[in-house]
Order: sequence, then C-alpha cells, then structure tokens
Amino acid sequence: MPLDKSYLEYSKRHYGMDHDRYDWSMLSDRKPVNWPKGKKLALWINVSLQFFPLNQQGVPVKPIGGMTMPYPDLRHYSLRDYGNRVSIYRMLKAFDKYEVAATYAVNGELAERAPYLMNAIKERNAEIIAHGWNMDSMHHNGLSLNEENELVCRTLDALRPFASKDIKGWLSPSRFEGNQTPEVLKKSESIEYFCDWVNDDMPYEFKTGNGPLTAMPLSNELEDRYILLNNLHSEQSYGEQIKDAADLLISEAKEQGGRILGLSLHPWVIGQPHRIKVLEDILEYLMSKEEVWSASASEILEYWQSQQ
Amino acid sequence: MKKDPGFYDYWPYENRPKITWPNGAKVAFWVAANIEFYELDPPDNPFRKPWPAPNPSIAGYSIRDYGNRVGHVRQMKLLDKYGIRGSISLSTALCEHHPEIIELCKERDWEFFSHGIYNTRYTYGMDESQEREMIRDAMETIYKHTEQKCAGYLAPALSHSELTLDLFAEVGTELFGDDGGIYTCDLFHDDQPTPINLRSGKKFVSIPYSLEMNDTIAYVVNKIEPRRYGQIIKDNFDRLYEEGAENGTVMCIPTHNYQVSCPHRLKAFEEALEYITGHSDVWVTTGREIAEYYIENNYDAALADITTKKEVS
Repeated sequence: MPLDKSYLEYSKRHYGMDHDRYDWSMLSDRKPVNWPKGKKLALWINVSLQFFPLNQQGVPVKPIGGMTMPYPDLRHYSLRDYGNRVSIYRMLKAFDKYEVAATYAVNGELAERAPYLMNAIKERNAEIIAHGWNMDSMHHNGLSLNEENELVCRTLDALRPFASKDIKGWLSPSRFEGNQTPEVLKKSESIEYFCDWVNDDMPYEFKTGNGPLTAMPLSNELEDRYILLNNLHSEQSYGEQIKDAADLLISEAKEQGGRILGLSLHPWVIGQPHRIKVLEDILEYLMSKEEVWSASASEILEYWQSQQ
Repeated sequence: MKKDPGFYDYWPYENRPKITWPNGAKVAFWVAANIEFYELDPPDNPFRKPWPAPNPSIAGYSIRDYGNRVGHVRQMKLLDKYGIRGSISLSTALCEHHPEIIELCKERDWEFFSHGIYNTRYTYGMDESQEREMIRDAMETIYKHTEQKCAGYLAPALSHSELTLDLFAEVGTELFGDDGGIYTCDLFHDDQPTPINLRSGKKFVSIPYSLEMNDTIAYVVNKIEPRRYGQIIKDNFDRLYEEGAENGTVMCIPTHNYQVSCPHRLKAFEEALEYITGHSDVWVTTGREIAEYYIENNYDAALADITTKKEVS
C-alpha cells in the first residue's frame, strides 16, 4: 500500500520558514552590532543550577542528565547534588579570580533547597535566569496553559528573593518546550528573552501570540555536558574547542560586527576536581584577550537591542 | 526483499584499468556540501520517525536551521578561499524557502544535485509512482531555480527503495537526456567511480561520497573530536593520493553547514582543506565533473574488465 497522498503534499513550501515563530534571516546579512569599548566578543557564561528529583516521573521524556537507574537511583541523584554542594564553590572562586560576570540559570525548587548558595550568587549581583521548577518539570504539550503558567509563576516567585535585578530570562528544563511555552513565558510579564533555541549566534526576535520575545544564543554544541559526557571528548579537547570557537568568532566579529560566545556550564560536570582546571584555563585564555567582554545575558541583550 | 541489491558485481581494487584524471591528477577531490531543510512538524512516515523528541523538537530543528542562518556563509567563504566549488546535495525545497543561499551558490558556479525535497520526507513506504513523482519534483525544482540539469542523487536522509537508483536515472533521461541523472552518492563500496547496473541499461555511475569523511557521521555518530576529524581527513587524503599515482582515486568530504561550520569545528576543517589543496596533483572538482569524465574516458574499459573478471571467477 502506498503512503497517504498527503505525504507528497507540501503546504509550507514557500519563502521563509515552515512556521511563523521568527523571520528567515542570514546572520551575514544583518547590521553589524558594536559591543562597548570596541570589544568584539561578548562572553556569556551560563551556569545551570539544577535539582533532579529522586522520584523522577519523566513526563513526557526523561530529563537530560536525570535518573537512569531503577528507583532509588542514588548515584545520579547524589552526583547531581555534588554540583550544588561542592563544584559550584570551585567555580565561583574561578569566576571571582578571573573577574567573570557569570549568569545563573536556576531551578525554582533549588532556590528553596539551597538558600545559602543563592545568597552567594546574590552577593555577587549576578543575573538569574529562570530555569523551570525542577529538572523533572518539563514544559510540553501535555500541560494545560494554566498548568504551564503556574509552573512559570512558581519558579519566578521562588527565585525573586535572590535576584539582585529583575528576572528577564528563561531556560526550559532540558530545553524542552510545548507549542504554547513561548506564549506562557511572554504572558508572565517578567520574561523578555529565552534561551532554548540554538539556531543563531546572535539574538533575534521570536514571535508569540502575546507579543515578541528575544531568543538568545546559547550553544548546545559547546555545552560542557554535551562535549564531555555525550561526546566523551577529553578535557583537553573541550578546552581546545572552546578556544577555537572564541578565536573564530573574534575573527568573524572583526569583519561582521560583535559576536557572542555563550558557554553553558553545569557544576556537576565541569566542577569536578579533574575538570575545574580546564575551566580555569579557558577563563584565563578568554579574559586575557582584549577583544573579550564578559557580561551577563541581559547586559548583552540590552546592548544588542539598543542597536536594532 | 533481496539478498543483494544487484547494483554492482564484485570487482577487486587491484589490477583495474588505469584512471588518469585531467592534467595527470592522482586524486579527484570534491566537497559535497549538504544544504538541507528539515521540517519542524513533518507528516508521519510509518517506517521512520523524523525527530526523536516530542513535537516541537527544538534541539534537532534549531541546530539544522543554524546551518542555513549562520553556517552556510562560513563554509562558503572557506571553500572560496581554497578555490573549491561546492557540490550541493540539496533539499530542493530550499530553493523556495531560502533562495538567498541558492543565489550565493549560483554566483560561484557550484553544482546542485538532488537530496530529495525535504530531509524529513523519507522514501520508505512510497510506491513506484510516488517515488518517481518525488524524484521528478526535486529535479524539476533544481532546473527551475538554477537551470542546472541535475546529474546526481543522494536520497533524502539516505532513505531508499529497491528502485531508487533506477527511477532517478530514468527521470533524469526523461527530463534532460544524457545530461540528467548520471550518478549516485548512495553507495559506499569503493574509492573509485564504478558502473552501476540499472534495469534501463543506462550508463550510470556511483561516485565515492564517503560516510567516514562525512562530518555528521564523524561528529554525531562517531563523536570524534574536531582536531581528530581534521587529522583523519588528512590521513585519508594521504593514502588516496599515494594510491592515486597508480590508479586515480576519488576523495569526497561530505559536509553539513550545521556541523562543520560550528565555531569550534571550522579551524580543523580549514587546516585539512589547506593541506589537501596544497598538493600539486589534485583535481579539485565537482561530482558531476567526475561522473562525466569517468563515463567519457573510463566507463567502457571498466565494464569490460568487470565482465572479464566475472568470467574468470
């Protein structure tokens, strides 16, 4: 039996994208952006602070980095916790040493569970991005609008006491969304940008039924977990890849205008004793370059927005 | 289902009639740049899921979109720098979605060949007339937008039927006579072009495309570190260059603008291209040019040799 004839019909085969979320645009065609003081590369260090519940439900799928063994999966539960107890303090020390302005994407429930850590972030006047309630509270099409809205509000409420400025950013757990997630985020009246889509190296306008959001570019390909635990590359190679990326983006920026290097870090991955050194090497390399501007996600966004 | 697709006979690599590429080159080198369009919400195919994650599959969709928004120009500039004309394995709906990319490639006299309409529409489950219609649509789309008579095929997402190569060759002849439908990249059995048996008896060849050099296979399936990818490309070249002194070989690097053009990977690719194009006896060319040259100069001798060796065994 042949396929249904609809399989050879192409209703969205027309100019631009096959959806109406954003306009088709090639990066090389856009107006160049200037960063402050003639800098070329905005460095956005994004640290995800996450809580993985032991009683993971995995709806609609298991979260990335979540429990994989039969209950109780103590190995993964406690190793993720290690990141928030031990690793993060190594990382904070490194950020302080190299004067890096890190941004923290935090699960709402983690803020409830680790106020000491949240205060350490607040003391540094760091930007907080809402990262969902916990890693097992995925945004997906099985949730009603009210349920999704409640998750977003609960997350924001839990994070606000520790935010030294307004929370404007969102990163979905496992970067999963339902079809209505952008609408829900916009409706929160707090969220202005989100970081789930990886289709650009610069911000762009993302349409929702409730008005536009900005999509901020946070690479999956350069993520510590992806390179080290998914691809199983060496620590040395991870360092080389980040440095090569920075070099390429700087040289491109000299011709085409400012670029962003978004580094997604997870304490439970990069803050291990055998890995922290490579992070320090990367920070030393990047921060010694005169072209690099370390900034929080919303500072980068404001500069970009002011030139659109 | 068949035990053997029957496209080619066993034909040992040693003692074949000699191929000498233009200007005495030892290796015909081509870069097959895949420029693809994946749909966010494609129709279901009963044999293969387009995305592993539930809809909307943001991670998979958006990195592929990155290739077109960001990666294409990066790779194009690099190929320009080393005097390489890309051979584009094209999701032909891209002519409608992103004509700017098509224009940039046309300006550079790059080759366009068919990679189906979308990389999220699989051949699996199509009957003969449906597959013929899809193949024809893609070839006509290339012609309409580029005036090129599509010579080559890489089935969308490497999804095939038993008749794929026959249908592609036949539609090529119907549309463009001997200029259309003359080679395939779908087979990985050799480091030289080889004649392919088709039901029409048309002169049709397989051009080596190399899954091992394919950036997506290297990076996603084999999870290779970028600098190692650069090194294996050089090693692959060294051996084919050496063997090519005896009998001309083909080296292909199949790329994807969402893999090789990521900022942490381009450097390794650039070093490999610099290395290869720095050698004197390399024919830097396109898929079509290799196929045409081979059909003109080597096809008959190859076929005779294959027949002889088959009889000996």
